[in-house]
Formats: sequence, C-alpha cells, structure tokens
Amino acid sequence: MHLPDGFLDAKTALLSTAAAAAGVGLALRQARTTLEPRQMPMLGLAAAFVFAAQMLNFPVGGGTSGHLLGGVLTAILLGPAAAVLVMTCVLIVQCLVFNDGGLLALGANVFNMAIVNVCGGYFVFRLLKRLARMENRRATVFAAAFAGWFGTVLASMTCAGQLALSDQSPWSVAFPAMVLAHILIGVGEGLATGLITMAVLRARPQLLAGTGGSAGALGAGFLGYGLLVALGLVVFVAPFASPWPDGLETAAKALGFAGQATPPLIKGPVSDYRLPFISSMAAATAVAGVIGALLAFIGAYGLARFLAPGLDAAKKDAPSGN
Amino acid sequence: MRPPETESRPGTRLRRAPPRVKLLAALVLVAATTLLPRRLGPAYLVPAAVLGGLWLASRMPLLYALRRLLVAQTFILGIALLSLFSPSARPGFPAAVSKSNLCILALLVLGWTTPFPELLQALRRLRLPSVMLTTLALMYRYLPVLAEEARRMQRARASRTFSRNRRLAWQNLGAILGGLFVRTADRAERIYLAMCARGWK
Repeated sequence: MHLPDGFLDAKTALLSTAAAAAGVGLALRQARTTLEPRQMPMLGLAAAFVFAAQMLNFPVGGGTSGHLLGGVLTAILLGPAAAVLVMTCVLIVQCLVFNDGGLLALGANVFNMAIVNVCGGYFVFRLLKRLARMENRRATVFAAAFAGWFGTVLASMTCAGQLALSDQSPWSVAFPAMVLAHILIGVGEGLATGLITMAVLRARPQLLAGTGGSAGALGAGFLGYGLLVALGLVVFVAPFASPWPDGLETAAKALGFAGQATPPLIKGPVSDYRLPFISSMAAATAVAGVIGALLAFIGAYGLARFLAPGLDAAKKDAPSGN
Repeated sequence: MRPPETESRPGTRLRRAPPRVKLLAALVLVAATTLLPRRLGPAYLVPAAVLGGLWLASRMPLLYALRRLLVAQTFILGIALLSLFSPSARPGFPAAVSKSNLCILALLVLGWTTPFPELLQALRRLRLPSVMLTTLALMYRYLPVLAEEARRMQRARASRTFSRNRRLAWQNLGAILGGLFVRTADRAERIYLAMCARGWK
C-alpha cells in the first residue's frame, strides 16, 4: 500500500499531507499529556519492533508469503496516540532509508497507514471488545483479529480514493483492485494481529493492561481521530462511491455527449465501460467487502473461541489486567 | 533489510554539503518531477539531467542504485498497472513510471550522500518535534538489534520444529513476534533506566 512518488497530483498530495499533519499533531499533543517519560523509549523501540516484525515472512501458500503491517497491532499494544507516532516514524524511515514509499507521497502514506489504519482499526477493536460476550482475553484476541482485517481494508479504500482523485486510474478500476487485494491481505494481517496479541497476553498480560480496559482512552482525542478518519473517507472515497460506475460518465451519458468522446485508436481487450464486468466491479467489490467482513468476523471469532488454548489457564495464576 | 553503511563512502563534495540543504533539494526535485505533465516529453529530460549530474558527483555505484531501483519496480508497476485498464488514463502509464523512478533516484542520491544521523540533524533544524526525533533516533539504533533478535528466535524455533505444517508455522511466528514484543518492552525499560542514569530528561 506504500504509494511511490509520481502517482499523486499536487492537490491530492497536499490534501492528504494536511490531513496527516493534523492527525500527527493530535497524536503529539495527546502523547505529551498522557505518556509518561518512562514510555518515551518504548516508542522508538516499538517502531524498531514493527520494522523487525515486517522482516519475518508468514507463509501464505503457493510459494508466496506475506508480512505483518503492524498498525493495528501497535495501537492495541500501545494505544492509538503512540501508535500513530510509531507508524509515522516507521514510514519516514522506510521512505528515507529504504526508498519504500515516496517523499511527496509521505503525507498520503502516513494518512492511510498511520492514521486511517491505526485509528479505524483501534476504534473497531474497542467496540468489538466491549460488545463481545466472551471472557476478557478471548474477547481481546477476537477483537484484535477482526480489527487487523478491518483497518487494512479501510486504509486501502482511502488509498484507492487518492489514486482516483489524482486521475491516476479511474475509481472503477482502482477501488476494486486495491480493496479486493486488501480484503485478502487483511485476512493475513488479522490472523497475525490476533496471534501476536494472544502470545503477548499469554506471556505478559500486564503489557496490554494500559489499552485493554478502562474507557478513559476513548476521550476527546479519540473524537478527533474519528473525525479525521471520517473526513478522509468523505474526501477520498465518498465522491466516487455514490453513483456507482463513474460520476462523470453518468453525467456525460445524461447530457448525451458520451458518444462524442474520441474513440481509442487501438481497441484493446480492456477498454472499460464496454465490458460490463469492469463497470460493475465497484458494486461487486462492495458486496465482496461485506462478505469478507462477515467471514473475517466469523474467522476472528473462531480463532478466539476455539484456537486460543491456554488463555483461560493463564487467568488462574495471574489476575486479569483488565 | 539492513540500513546501508555510510561511513566508508567517498568524501565527495555532496557528502559534505549541509544535510538540510540536501533534504530540501531532494524535496524540491521530487515535487518538480511530480508536477511534470502527464505525457512523456522533453520536460522529463530536465530532472533526469539534474539527477544524472548529481549521481556522477555523488559517485554512487551503478550496482547499488540498480539493485534498489529494481526492488522498487514491483511497487511502482503494481500501482501503475491500474492505469492500463482504462483508455483515458493509459497514456499516463509511461509518464507515471518514469516520474516514480526519477523520484526514487533522487532519494537514492540523498541516502547515499547523507547518513541517517545527519538527516535527523536536518529534521531537527526543520523543527520536527522532539518526540519524533527521539523515536526516529532510537528506532534507527535498535533496528539491527531487534532484527537480529527476531532472526535468532526464528532460527532457534526452526531448529526445534520439524514440520512444514502451515498452521503451526503461523502459530510459531505469532509466538515469536509476541515474545519479541515482550523482550522489546523489557529492553525499552532498561534503556530508559540507562538514559536516566546518564542524565536524560
């Protein structure tokens, strides 16, 4: 999902940089008031941890493998404000040292992966954890696994929106391609997030105590993040999402000059809008998203309910931190 | 994915230039390249020539740059392919790919001539908040340490696990990374105490 330079136009890059700066500023203010000095080194170490974790490959099958992205996991382990800062630093180093993601696109990448992914995922995590009728630790694993999937898909939506807004590729192509890919990638991310959360809960449950329990973290700062994520979805996703095929195309058809567009010189096999499957792809993606969400939900529930042995046993000798 | 070693590089003039200037120049170069028209044209030769000159001046080895450019192609092509699926955006394909590669070249020259600690100095002068600076510095310092620790844990696990079961592999990796996080938290605690002992506030 790392956007390289050269794909976003000036207005999209500026818009997303402004949104990213607002989110990081909010996180900085929150970190100054809530983080103790003792936790300061943990931010840097957590950033290095995310980076190191991304180097280990999870086998996917068919010879391919994937790696953790880590945004939602960091939010679950350290809280949203710290996670926004940690992921921003990870993206800065990826851009400057490893040429992964562009310099001018850094704002867009920070917005997608450090704000939309982290805050959207964390919000769903808190919501599900509260609603789940399960024992506390199982509820945490379940919520973590689903939030990992959800955050990934949400971030891919704003990423597709940015590509479409800068006319790089039409929404009817960018949206299905990005989101369908990340519905699958998200499954791995969710599974890894759930498994790692489970391992931390088993080894050192008090590490999660800070973010797992009281409603304090869902305060005014969180409202700000919610607003920012919503704003991102409104700016980058909503303009394309309403008339499904393409707003401009529909308008052109309605006004009767659709046929006047210059015909392409080479009639390629994939001139869109003639193939019904491409123009209906966006709608199909929405359906796939809903089905994917349901399956991810069931999968996360199964992981927490049946595949998390030892969580109850751990509860006996150490009182739950939550 | 080790951070590139910068100490042994030739002491060219670019290497000694102020890092803040280099960072801002890279940003300007990237912005100018991104703003080029969406069709390949002679305008593309300007940033290419500038970058070519900088490349020569920096004495960046060809193989170093090519290897990194090659790695970046997967990401670039992955996103650029999306524009092939519509007649209106198709002419943008070669332009976007060239733009991306030029921008990556700019970042490569920047990275080759500027060690990360100097970039941090530049970011400090550009008023990046101190929380971010501390985080970036600690991250860069402990990245090789944690990467090595992760590899060691994985090696230890691999030497005790004689199975190609995928479910087991996922569970093991989850356990390894969970364990790594616990160790990381412990290390952060020790670092905090060490920093306090040396008068950090």
